[in-house]
Amino acid sequence: MIRDVFPLFLRRMRTPLIAVISAYAIAVLGFTLIPGTDDQGNTWRMSFFQAFYVVSYTGSTIGFGEVPYAFSNAQRLWTTVSIYLTVIAWLYSVGTIISLLQDQTFRQAVIRSGLRRSLRQISEPFYLVCGYGDTGRLLVRALTERGRRVVVVDNSQANIDELTLKDLGVYVPAFCMDAGIPDNLITAGLQHRWCMGVLAVTEDDNTNLEIAISSKLLNSKLTVYGRAENAETARNMASFGTDHVIQPDLNFAQRLALALREPDTHRVYDWLSSVPNSPLPERNRPPEGSWIICGYGRLGQAVYAALQGQGIEAVIIDDRTDSRHLPPGAVVGKGTEAKTLEQAGIDQAAALIACRSDDRDNLSIVMTARELRPDIYLVARQNRLHNKALFRAAEPELTVEPSYIIASKILSILGSPLLSDFLKEAEQRHNDWNRELAGRIRELTGGTAPETWTLRVSQARSPAIMLALELGEAITVESLCRDPRDRDCRLDAIPLLIRRGEEDVVLPEAHTEVDSGDRVLFCGTDQALGLMHRTVNNLNTLRYVHTGEARPDGLIWRKLARRRQARTGS
Amino acid sequence: MNLEKVFFGFFILLALTLNFGFFLGEIDNPDHHNVYELFAAIVVSLIATVLKFGERTQIGAVLLAASLVADLQLIAAAMVWAIAVHVTDVGLTPTVMASIVSLSGGALLANLVSTVLLTVETVRMQR
Repeated sequence: MIRDVFPLFLRRMRTPLIAVISAYAIAVLGFTLIPGTDDQGNTWRMSFFQAFYVVSYTGSTIGFGEVPYAFSNAQRLWTTVSIYLTVIAWLYSVGTIISLLQDQTFRQAVIRSGLRRSLRQISEPFYLVCGYGDTGRLLVRALTERGRRVVVVDNSQANIDELTLKDLGVYVPAFCMDAGIPDNLITAGLQHRWCMGVLAVTEDDNTNLEIAISSKLLNSKLTVYGRAENAETARNMASFGTDHVIQPDLNFAQRLALALREPDTHRVYDWLSSVPNSPLPERNRPPEGSWIICGYGRLGQAVYAALQGQGIEAVIIDDRTDSRHLPPGAVVGKGTEAKTLEQAGIDQAAALIACRSDDRDNLSIVMTARELRPDIYLVARQNRLHNKALFRAAEPELTVEPSYIIASKILSILGSPLLSDFLKEAEQRHNDWNRELAGRIRELTGGTAPETWTLRVSQARSPAIMLALELGEAITVESLCRDPRDRDCRLDAIPLLIRRGEEDVVLPEAHTEVDSGDRVLFCGTDQALGLMHRTVNNLNTLRYVHTGEARPDGLIWRKLARRRQARTGS
Repeated sequence: MNLEKVFFGFFILLALTLNFGFFLGEIDNPDHHNVYELFAAIVVSLIATVLKFGERTQIGAVLLAASLVADLQLIAAAMVWAIAVHVTDVGLTPTVMASIVSLSGGALLANLVSTVLLTVETVRMQR
């Protein structure tokens, strides 16, 4: 603070301070030169000390009167002059201080240095979120809810202001600057030793690309998550090692294809990668039959390709003048009018997706289509988060929210690295296997999206398990899933995956033993997560859930217990 | 010619010369040391200090430090004067005068350092 702001303050205060010093000097000098008369009628001149005293109280407008003797008229005249001189000098400097405090650059310097200080004080892992748009908002909220630290960079002051007004539970330093400039990223903590990852989720593909490049070059140990709308940007990002590139349109199309092919596999995928504690999405299976795609933008193209991959017919409606790039059989128009929809064959279509880049168009398409065919399966792309209420009221079967797709994808990777491996594995499994798992998840959480977490068997993360293993006790997955308050109850948690070295065990059996170095992926409720933490950190709790014994612990008790055991054994 | 530089150099040199003028003379003889000269030295020294505010360079920092030392010494001298004459009624005895002048001598040294630094910086600029 002082290092950045003080020199600026002093530089601005130079002239006012010189004015004050000069005014005082002139006034003091005048008083020492002008003669007066003392109480005995002798000629008398003020000393510097007396003059300085008089000027000090007149300058600060306190005014004690004429001391030590009544002034002569010449002195009174000089007093008048010095009052105006010093008071004006003071007002000038006070005015400068006040205008300095209101000065935009000065305030920015104060805010910036405050942010820098708070950034330096962070001593726990944090993520750098670049872009506080719809996606950034979702990410910041979800991350802070899980108690993770976040630093935000956005180039819009309005967004930053909104963030600072929000109560997020933890302090989120928010920088208003262009994230595309590497120096700004460094200011925001790119090279901070606790920076764990960079989330490039601005609305602009080029900026995201720039962020990904600078992050990888300036701090190669960071995990970089990049949002890419264009396939070209995505390839470019991947080419220099961006860890996770998220293409919302492609991602949605793939999920749609999965939902068409294997609805339950899609359900598991959908639920486990939802933002935790949001309502559990229950979606109807997209129907068999032909589709109508309104808008042949990026999402439209991705969906068209995905449908073709599944061997499903689709008719495009698009209003671009250059129809050469459209697939054969495309209808020209927006799709907002009944005529165009009828032309595209809405009476035979099973489903329609409205994926234009304008939310009003999409809403209008949904309303028109619903009117023509009340039973059609409708999908609508919601471009802006703030239109959520409108889309909810229009009641399409499925809403595509790019920002939600990106946020949930990033969160699912970031929350537990094992989850994406598990999801890949689940995708390979049969639909029935997934149906059973989906049923268990639904039972577990009762209507909200489950939390997923990874338990690492290590001295730092789960000291109690390590201690128990050293004492020769075998800890099974089942005992970890028991309630530490009452071991006959089970926690609302499902062990999904155990990773031991290179080997993965999917949906481990209850009697599977955990070993040092294992990583276990669970899904379940918040409460289960908290309770499990208790178990793995306290040996006595662990022993209780494992054996049912509530044993007294401590050196003496342990010794006594051993002796008792030896006696009963012999 | 940079007017700001002239202003800056003028005040630093004036602080030195006024200080020297006050210092000159028999150390314990009040007749050799004029109170107006001490006053002028203090005022000019204060202005020189303010002019050095806000410099971020290393040499600027040392200049500011030297100036602050000079201010401190001169104000201390003025306070000894005021206390001796007005507060304790000791008057300007040779002892008091000697301590006032020696304090201003310290300030003179600091002002000298300031001027030398200014010269060094000017020579280094070579333009």
